[in-house]
Amino acid sequence: MSALPQPNPTSSSSQRARRQISDRTILHLFIWPTLILLILINIFPLFYSLYLSFTNYSVISNKPPEWVGFANFIRMLNSEEMWSYFALTGRYALLSVGLQTGIGFGLALLLREKFKASGFLTTLILIPMMLSPVVVGLFWKLIFNPAYGIFNYLIGFTNPAVAPDWLAQPDLALFAIVIVDVWMWTPFVMLLCLSGLSAIPDYLYEAAAIDRASSWFQFWRITLPQVAPLLLIAVLFRTIEAFKAFDVVMGLTGGGPGTATNTVAIEIYRQAFLGQFRTGRASALAYIVLIIIIAVSNLYIRQINRAREG
Amino acid sequence: MASQNISVPKTPINYSIRVDKVGVRARIIRAVRIAAISVVAVIMLIPIAWMSMTAFKSRPDAVAVPPKVSFEPTLEGFVSLIAKTRQLTTEQIAEYEKNPDLNWADRIMLRRGQAIIGVSEYPRRFLNSLIIAGVSTVFSVSLGLLSAYSFSRFSIPGAGDLLFFILSTRMLPPVVVTIPVFLMYRAVGLYDTHIGMIILYTVFNLSFSVWLLKGFLDEIPREYEEAALVDGYTRLQAFRKIVLPQAVTGIAATTVFCLIFAWNEYAFALMLTGDVARTAPPSIPSALGTGGIEWARIAAGSMGFLIPVVIVTFALRKYLLRGVTFGAIRK
Repeated sequence: MSALPQPNPTSSSSQRARRQISDRTILHLFIWPTLILLILINIFPLFYSLYLSFTNYSVISNKPPEWVGFANFIRMLNSEEMWSYFALTGRYALLSVGLQTGIGFGLALLLREKFKASGFLTTLILIPMMLSPVVVGLFWKLIFNPAYGIFNYLIGFTNPAVAPDWLAQPDLALFAIVIVDVWMWTPFVMLLCLSGLSAIPDYLYEAAAIDRASSWFQFWRITLPQVAPLLLIAVLFRTIEAFKAFDVVMGLTGGGPGTATNTVAIEIYRQAFLGQFRTGRASALAYIVLIIIIAVSNLYIRQINRAREG
Repeated sequence: MASQNISVPKTPINYSIRVDKVGVRARIIRAVRIAAISVVAVIMLIPIAWMSMTAFKSRPDAVAVPPKVSFEPTLEGFVSLIAKTRQLTTEQIAEYEKNPDLNWADRIMLRRGQAIIGVSEYPRRFLNSLIIAGVSTVFSVSLGLLSAYSFSRFSIPGAGDLLFFILSTRMLPPVVVTIPVFLMYRAVGLYDTHIGMIILYTVFNLSFSVWLLKGFLDEIPREYEEAALVDGYTRLQAFRKIVLPQAVTGIAATTVFCLIFAWNEYAFALMLTGDVARTAPPSIPSALGTGGIEWARIAAGSMGFLIPVVIVTFALRKYLLRGVTFGAIRK
């Protein structure tokens, strides 16, 4: 933002100046519609749900919200179930983000040097992340089916009688959603890594080659540190998304079997829109998630800044 | 100048011509790399291919054990997706077959003993999706363009904070925003209306479009406009005649990304619509519950939904990185 809006040099004639709208007016005309919409649909709801999180409100009861202080938060934080949902979400985030980072980075290294059709293949690999998550969840449901799904056959279980039922066995269901998430979002990590790799100047490698540095050394001392900031951004985006995971899980398992894949985002939905419609409690839980997301983001951002400086 | 003597290749060289990269060993490594990537690409596409195949299967083929790779393709899934059908008894089938007015769709359904009695809900949901995604995209891109222009060209106090605030609205779990929006919409009568969903998606995409468009506008040299202003254009004229034509690619990319986001959105649509304004994504899973799982129908519905996105992915591949990182990362 270097230059301030300059008075129009040609507006010296007074007639022209009157006809012309000033830059300041244009600025206000251009920017306020956006800000008003954002305040109305995003900021107001945010504060309103903060208020609701301190009440025992339920959208289906006709009673007005009643102030209950920190009761919702205390209840949530003391509930063992809730902790197990958080632990589950954490496990899910760790597994899927870890796999995505590893595979995505590996793919980016493979795709780094261009060859014929590399652009085409890259785009093919990128398709999953553009798809509708809920539709993805749905047709993976077909793929995971133990009898007529193709997944078990591809990994070698050709007898449906003994094949694992990925979505119905509590210990496997989590892995099923991890597999789908990895399938869908590894391309994203790959894309960011690719752009990070392409930004590394060639002279670093040339200098290393002249010094007869091993390719192992080149990887650890040039490639990795140079890609680290973008890799961390990818991990940050994916971690936040893992805490928000809703669509895919909903399409795939709906949180089941039992509560085996009941991530916190699903739990908020269940509290708010199913059974008792506990709006107050759901809002409190949503705020706990929000605080966790902000804390995790800050940790990552600090790490990203350190990687950039280093 | 020495550069005049160097022959410049007509097309840019996209591959490495370093000496250490043309040896036998380097070539083998390269071949292995290409093979590995091709394998990965195939693995990534198996689920999509499987779904497309299922869309053309008949009901028994779709759930055959073991899964069938070769089968007789049929449009059964697509027809049952858009048509409401009724099961016929054997006598009715025989009688029905004599009817000379049957069209191809009727015949397909008759093969499994069903008569078409009307249009299903899917076309309406699909239309809802089109209307809501289309109109909201127009709004979010045009509003986003105006704000992005302001952020790009004028000095705004606290611009950085403001921009971050705009982006942060997309970092929240949708469920956090949904509950109060749900209450608000219910109070003012916007629940389950097209207008309500259009407003919501407009705002949902606005933060994204401001960020992405600002990136594109920042790349247009401001000297062009300044020259136009000197020549007597007003600011608005300069915006319309100088900036807009140059920003066309950016606007197009933003438009398509907004369309896809709105097109794919599920959580808001699930919680904020009932029957009237429900879009296609929440209605595809709900087809699961009605009388046994009709995988061919679900696959047909998903496929109709995915094809536009696949086409767009190819069209947008240059801008994909920008789009999926909110324009934060450029190359």
